[in-house]
Amino acid sequence: MFGFEPSDEQKTLVKSVRRFAARELRPLAHDSDERGELPGALLESAAPLALLPASLPEAYGGFGQRSAVTGALFAEELAWGDLSGALALLAPGLVALPVLLAGTEAQKHELLPAFCGEGYVPASAALLEPRADFDPRVLQARARRVSGGYVLEGTKCNVPFAAEAEWMLVYASVEGESRAFLVRRGTDGLHVGEREQNMGLRALPLYKVELRGCVVSSALCLGGEGGGVEAVLGASRVALAALAVGQARAAYDYALDYAKSRVAFGEAIAQRQAIAFMLAEMATEIEAARLLVWEAAWTLDQGADGTRECLLAKTFADEMVLAATDRAVQILGGHGYIRDHPVEMWLRNGRAFAVMEGIAIV
Amino acid sequence: MISFEMPDEIRERVDLVRGVARELMRPAAREFDEREHEIPWDFVTRMWDLSLKTGQSFRSGTRRDGAGVAAQALVHVIETLSWGDAGIYLCGPGAGLGGAAIEATGTAEQKQRFLTRYREGPPKWACMAMTEPHCGSDTAAIRTTAVRDGESWVLNGEKIFVTTGHKALVDSEGLMVVWATIDPAAGRAGMKPFVVEAGTPGVRVTKLERKMGIRASDTASVVLENCRIPAANLLGSAEVSDPRKGFKGAMATFDATRPSVAASALGIARATVELLKELLALQGIEVRYDRPRHLLTAIERDLLDMETQLRAAWLLTLKAAWMMDKGLPNTLESSMCKVKAGDVVTRVTQKGVELMGPLGYSRELPFEKWMRDAKINDLFEGTGQINRLVIARRILGYSSRELK
Ligand SMILES: Cc1cc2nc3c(=O)[nH]c(=O)nc-3n(C[C@H](O)[C@H](O)[C@H](O)COP(=O)(O)OP(=O)(O)OC[C@H]3O[C@@H](n4cnc5c(N)ncnc54)[C@H](O)[C@@H]3O)c2cc1C
Repeated sequence: MFGFEPSDEQKTLVKSVRRFAARELRPLAHDSDERGELPGALLESAAPLALLPASLPEAYGGFGQRSAVTGALFAEELAWGDLSGALALLAPGLVALPVLLAGTEAQKHELLPAFCGEGYVPASAALLEPRADFDPRVLQARARRVSGGYVLEGTKCNVPFAAEAEWMLVYASVEGESRAFLVRRGTDGLHVGEREQNMGLRALPLYKVELRGCVVSSALCLGGEGGGVEAVLGASRVALAALAVGQARAAYDYALDYAKSRVAFGEAIAQRQAIAFMLAEMATEIEAARLLVWEAAWTLDQGADGTRECLLAKTFADEMVLAATDRAVQILGGHGYIRDHPVEMWLRNGRAFAVMEGIAIV
Repeated sequence: MISFEMPDEIRERVDLVRGVARELMRPAAREFDEREHEIPWDFVTRMWDLSLKTGQSFRSGTRRDGAGVAAQALVHVIETLSWGDAGIYLCGPGAGLGGAAIEATGTAEQKQRFLTRYREGPPKWACMAMTEPHCGSDTAAIRTTAVRDGESWVLNGEKIFVTTGHKALVDSEGLMVVWATIDPAAGRAGMKPFVVEAGTPGVRVTKLERKMGIRASDTASVVLENCRIPAANLLGSAEVSDPRKGFKGAMATFDATRPSVAASALGIARATVELLKELLALQGIEVRYDRPRHLLTAIERDLLDMETQLRAAWLLTLKAAWMMDKGLPNTLESSMCKVKAGDVVTRVTQKGVELMGPLGYSRELPFEKWMRDAKINDLFEGTGQINRLVIARRILGYSSRELK
């Protein structure tokens, strides 16, 4: 049967994440963006939501099962609160979920229990590379086979929490094929560079990373000898698309409230079709993106190859979030351009989706 | 539950009509487009037999079925038939838009009296007449009048753009649901739906429109001149107390039929995308799905965007139908899918002509026809603007006075 309604369990979860996003993320988003720093207590405060443990099976220390659909619902709510905060809270999943999805049994037993405790475990992924023709399936970072392992060489950018991460999943090409490697903090040859200065996502600590003769053992190649990264890339696309839906919804909600209260020429601007139709289109596009995300996530949860669904969801969401956040600024007029209102930040954040891959996974 | 698992009941129904679309519609599409208004009897007979044999309607979708998937099945079926040909699909026999109006506004006795004919005997059609020469979107401005005279209503006025008007009133023992006012001073509240059966004295089809596309479908002008019908043919009640009551029936009809229009639009869009991909592949142009967007060629991006937009619109349509099957109010969702599908099908088919170059423009290939057929979906059953208004009023909580 087709179904378009989250389960009762999912609804309860959405409700609590929504409350968290409204109380903990949204009020601090503006200042965090200005300061370029996450709110001090944020990462610990999310522990009660049990982000990861609920996705990991008991055998690895968790108490649940991963569901991309549930993850997508979760991500949308977080991003509605604040995108930088959402990405920070999801970051441990950058290592834990690929290990769950594509790791060997030994890797699962070694790494996953650490993510099931109370505290926030900083983790990271290094996929993006600083070049215009970036392609996750044709990476310039290389992993050369040597006896007992691999030597990593290359430059990565926009690596979250690179300085603090206990584990970093580094993507590199092995003879032309993209693979991923679990690199522990402090490994020789892993150099964390400068903090990135981006247009948006300013509160999220992102870094350049240099790999110079970084040696990792074969046991740390994700999934072992035959391991691939396709499943991980798919899950990452769904996650980003879900976050885009949340970001767009934040902009839409804000613009809608504003349009009803702002008066021009004797009536609320929302009473004019030029404004009302923009809102109608935003609502429609957001709903469409959400359904594409759900379908892609559901396909992954069936264990089917969801490459196509994930691609469609991300393709649609990337465009949608830019249009929605841009229109939110437009609806606020000149006021939308002023940093006292959040919509300009959301437009800056919204543009990130088209250039980001692999920085979130659900 | 969130699920995208297609139930077997729907799969079976789609299988039933896929062959019809491929064998009876696609090959005949050009011919019936050029002959304009000629009835595609092979198709009509086949669909009529199918609906008698299976007890399913392939046109109107408000009837519940046991599995609770009637509306969802219907959008799948309509999408498939319109993939075959949208003009011929609109010639399909059955209660259609008129039936949807009866389902939405009639009493149980009226449904029985008027709709039984669509389950027996020779093929029949039903139509719905709202639009008049001076008003389309502004339905509350209709001037056709209904005056009570003893045990009858007497109708006077002129209706235009009545889809399948000729088939319903002239070619078969069908019927027309006509909207008229019983109290011109009451505005929307005075608007009521009446059933006029084929053969009733005083009703005449006066013209068939010549159109840009969906030429196989007849679009009729109908004149009512002292047309006398039984009092019991007023659907629902004659009360004019609630200022929104009369209008509500019309809106309930559209809640049910807009997803069908969206589905038809998306059938045309899918046909276009499929053939485009097939023909471009012969020239070595194929979307490299495994490459990032910024490395694709312009044509690859166009194709990828078409597929993406098509899927987005389809999921909105399916959700609107699912809500209907669940008995949930779906005014917002119906308008959303109609807006989106109307946009997508016009853009996809217009792009289709462009990408095929002179071949796209030529009547030797179906692209130009699909572009002509597509445009109607952004116009009838509420234009793109009117459906945006519906959405905007819902999300803003505005009345039609607050947001005009
Ligand atoms: C092939 C075909 C089949 C049809 N079948 C049927 C049928 O079976 N039964 C039936 O009753 N009708 C039918 N129609 C009529 C159809 O529903 C109307 O044409 C449509 O609703 C638009 O009305 P109009 O043509 O009078 O345009 P108008 O209402 O004059 O609108 C003209 C333009 O103004 C815009 N506009 C109008 N009001 C507003 C507003 N408040 N805000 C913003 N923009 C506005 C419209 O969107 C449109 O772009 C059919 C039409 C066609 C072409």
